[in-house]
Amino acid sequence: MNHDMQPQTRSKKPVLSIKELSVDFKTERGLLQALRRISIDIPSQQIVGLVGESGCGKSTVINSILKLLPNNALIKNGRIELQGEDVLTMSQAQLRATRGKRVSVIFQDPMTSLNPALSIGRQMTNIQYRDQLSKSEKRQRAADMLTRVGIPDAEKRLRSYPHQFSGGMLQRIAIAMALLMQPALLIADEPTTALDATLQIQIIELLKTLQKEFRCSVLFVSHHLGLVADFCDQVVVMYAGEIVESGSVRDIFHRGSHPYTKRLLECDPARIKTKTRVLPTIPGSIPDLVNLSDSCIFNDRCLIKQNNCPQTVAPLMELTTGHFVRCYLNQEGESE
Amino acid sequence: MKSLLEIEEIKIRFRTKGVVKALLDRDKDPYIEAVCGASLSIKQGETFSLVGESGAGKTTLARSIIGLVTPCQGRIRYQGKDLLGLNDKSFKPLRREIAMMFQDPVGCLSPRLCVRAIITEPFRIHGVPVSNMEKEAIKLLDMVGLPASFLGSYPYQLSGGQARRVGMARALALSPKLIIADEPTAGLDVSIQGEILNLMYRLQKELNISFLIITHNLAVVRHTSDRMAIMYLGRFVETGPTDEIFEHPGHPYTRVLLSSSPEPDPDAPRNRVMPIGEIPSLINRPTGCEFHTRCQLAEDRCRRESPPQQIVGPGHHLTCFKSK
Amino acid sequence: MNNTDTKLMKPDSSMGKLVKHLLRDRLAMVGLLLVILITGSAILAPVIVPHNPNKMNVHYRLKGPSIEHWLGTDQLGRDVFSRVIVGSRIALKVALISIGIAGGLGLVLGMLAGFGSKKLDSILIILFDTIRSFPTIMFALAVVTLFGPSLNTIILVVIITSIPVYGRIVRAQTQALRHNDFILAEKAMGAGKMRILGVHILPNVIGPLLIIASMDIPVVVTIEAGLSFLGLGVRPPTASWGSILNDGYAFIRNSPWLVIAGGAPLILTTLGFTFFGEALRDIFDPKLKQEVV
Repeated sequence: MNHDMQPQTRSKKPVLSIKELSVDFKTERGLLQALRRISIDIPSQQIVGLVGESGCGKSTVINSILKLLPNNALIKNGRIELQGEDVLTMSQAQLRATRGKRVSVIFQDPMTSLNPALSIGRQMTNIQYRDQLSKSEKRQRAADMLTRVGIPDAEKRLRSYPHQFSGGMLQRIAIAMALLMQPALLIADEPTTALDATLQIQIIELLKTLQKEFRCSVLFVSHHLGLVADFCDQVVVMYAGEIVESGSVRDIFHRGSHPYTKRLLECDPARIKTKTRVLPTIPGSIPDLVNLSDSCIFNDRCLIKQNNCPQTVAPLMELTTGHFVRCYLNQEGESE
Repeated sequence: MKSLLEIEEIKIRFRTKGVVKALLDRDKDPYIEAVCGASLSIKQGETFSLVGESGAGKTTLARSIIGLVTPCQGRIRYQGKDLLGLNDKSFKPLRREIAMMFQDPVGCLSPRLCVRAIITEPFRIHGVPVSNMEKEAIKLLDMVGLPASFLGSYPYQLSGGQARRVGMARALALSPKLIIADEPTAGLDVSIQGEILNLMYRLQKELNISFLIITHNLAVVRHTSDRMAIMYLGRFVETGPTDEIFEHPGHPYTRVLLSSSPEPDPDAPRNRVMPIGEIPSLINRPTGCEFHTRCQLAEDRCRRESPPQQIVGPGHHLTCFKSK
Repeated sequence: MNNTDTKLMKPDSSMGKLVKHLLRDRLAMVGLLLVILITGSAILAPVIVPHNPNKMNVHYRLKGPSIEHWLGTDQLGRDVFSRVIVGSRIALKVALISIGIAGGLGLVLGMLAGFGSKKLDSILIILFDTIRSFPTIMFALAVVTLFGPSLNTIILVVIITSIPVYGRIVRAQTQALRHNDFILAEKAMGAGKMRILGVHILPNVIGPLLIIASMDIPVVVTIEAGLSFLGLGVRPPTASWGSILNDGYAFIRNSPWLVIAGGAPLILTTLGFTFFGEALRDIFDPKLKQEVV
């Protein structure tokens, strides 16, 4: 079920390597430090989950990778290397060549991520504009892709418009469009959140199959811990603009060490086996990112800080190979 | 515990086409059935969950209880009184006892009113004399765990969790006996979902309020509800005590739903019951048992006939040919 | 007791931010100053006129601007400056009364059309569209012919032709809000239609109406000036900017200050109220109310 084996065909270099990325936003109240020293490696053909709650900076990370940050964003520091090339220093022409070809995105709401005024076939041939194929060849490719994602009668449906499809079908079409150009990296931003529960599973299974077929890497952004546990090989946990823990999926779910990670898992109602009337929560809210002090970002809400915790920002420390935690008091979490 | 609310064979339909279009399309029956024959009862102090996906009809059913939607058939009885026979004027006093919390936490609050005005609105609507409105407002905020400093805030300034609590404060204003909560945890971070649910539990214990929770989140249902009903295309397919249904899910759709929320554990056993295809549209309802198009166990009989409701345990009802 | 998540997300007061924003917008300030100037002169007219605007003094006719007469005298020796001040009173009186009444009626009818039954809506829409199908100028001339030229006729014409426009705007806004969750919530709590319209719909639809109405003020002022210019508005010897222009254009060669005196206030009024209306639109723009992070 999870890809822990390393096939020989996989290349050693990561498809995406974010190094020490720091992004601020200019606001009326001052500089909002949205991302601080984010480093993420997405190895070739691996599925990496990005987990975090509101305000953690997941969207800013995605926008940075695509270099689609708003005007008031300031990239203070860092590099984003997509197959070796730094996205942050690319020209507009290079970015256009990259987006949709080497990295593509599936968004949360399929109803709004497709153009309502163009037929599906037209949209799917438009994105092939870089390829020197005839129109009918492009349409054939599009129809093949639609069949692969489970749309019946693909040839006919190329002529349909987005409003003629249900939400689940639209998300499949969005996946088809994203994978049509065979990108090295697929970013899936909460792709199942807007769908019914029974559809969520179908979409995740589809993504699993296609990922194996197309051999791309996936960055799966989600707040749904169950889906992340089911789908991902590696997991990165973010809190208020920082990475607090990262490792393999079992490192996080079985041996989660950061106080936030541990508490987050405890709070998930799906994880609690016995019927519990009073559910655990994390009291408080994320700190003000405009006026940050030197203290650890989780300090206010940390329940396990002890007297000998310096309560300042900790460096990322490697617990076991590939399992990093940003906490002075790291202990191995209990395994299930 | 006596019965607070009883719903009997409620049917709700909506018109899909105007008179002229229906004539032009030669459509003799331009309606969709949002709810077809729903029955349930809720006791005082109990929490009942209505579970289902889109098109199930759960929100529509809930809205008919509070009078926002009129059923075409069936009975709704509150403390023995028939609600559907009442006109607006007679129904109004009963609205003090049944309150609703809406799905969109910020959207259900009047944007140009401050929190103080929003939560005291029920007093003004019903002309309830209050000696000190400010004190009442502070008391209501205190009940939901918000400080008095929020009285002057406007809905756009509130986070999702805060707005939900304001909605709950408003629902509590006139000491209701039943609160209908539509997706109380949707959009909330996992780490604060518990706050709303724990608040509801505390209020239930202190004030003996009944809750009707509408949700698609089964994990929430399991921890909070005494009894539950699962809806599909406007019908109840399984109802009964929550523990019983989680232990022994009878209906194939229930099993599908249960396996659609994976546990946050990469090594959890996955005896997954996969659904086939998508939820059919209400305009083209399947024949026979309406779940047959997605059911792994569907047989010929399921396509032709509609299964009757059976009792498979104390208080546990099921509508399926394949139940044991 | 849970005192969690009790920090308000946006601590600054919205009023303070709006005033700050306005002060930064120079055009808005200019607009506001002009509006205050014109309104002030209209209100204080009897007090601040240096001379009797109707007092004729044929010996002093067509004299240029001087210390005695800031804008000179017209062909009958009357002080032009005093006449301009009185003219502002007429202009604003016509504009504010007609737009005020049209706005009020348009608001009520628009809300009823947008919120009420389909039948009521159809009736009101037919009413609105019928009125709007008459060309304004022809309608004005027809009414003037029927009732004779006067200020009240102008007011009546403006009211009748403006109600459908305002009504449509309010109706569209009301329809957009009608199915919102907060309206459903009010209904669920037992609020009656009147309460919903007055407390919950009205504050949310009045914004666009106020903006359009304030931008219409210079339009009505110009209509009044135009009709007075043609002799179909105020009766002589009453001073209106339009009648000053009418008196003046015959003498434009040698005594141009008359035409300037009549035209300049019109231009300033148009500019002032237009900038003011734009500023109002910025105030009501919901985007200003949310901090972009």
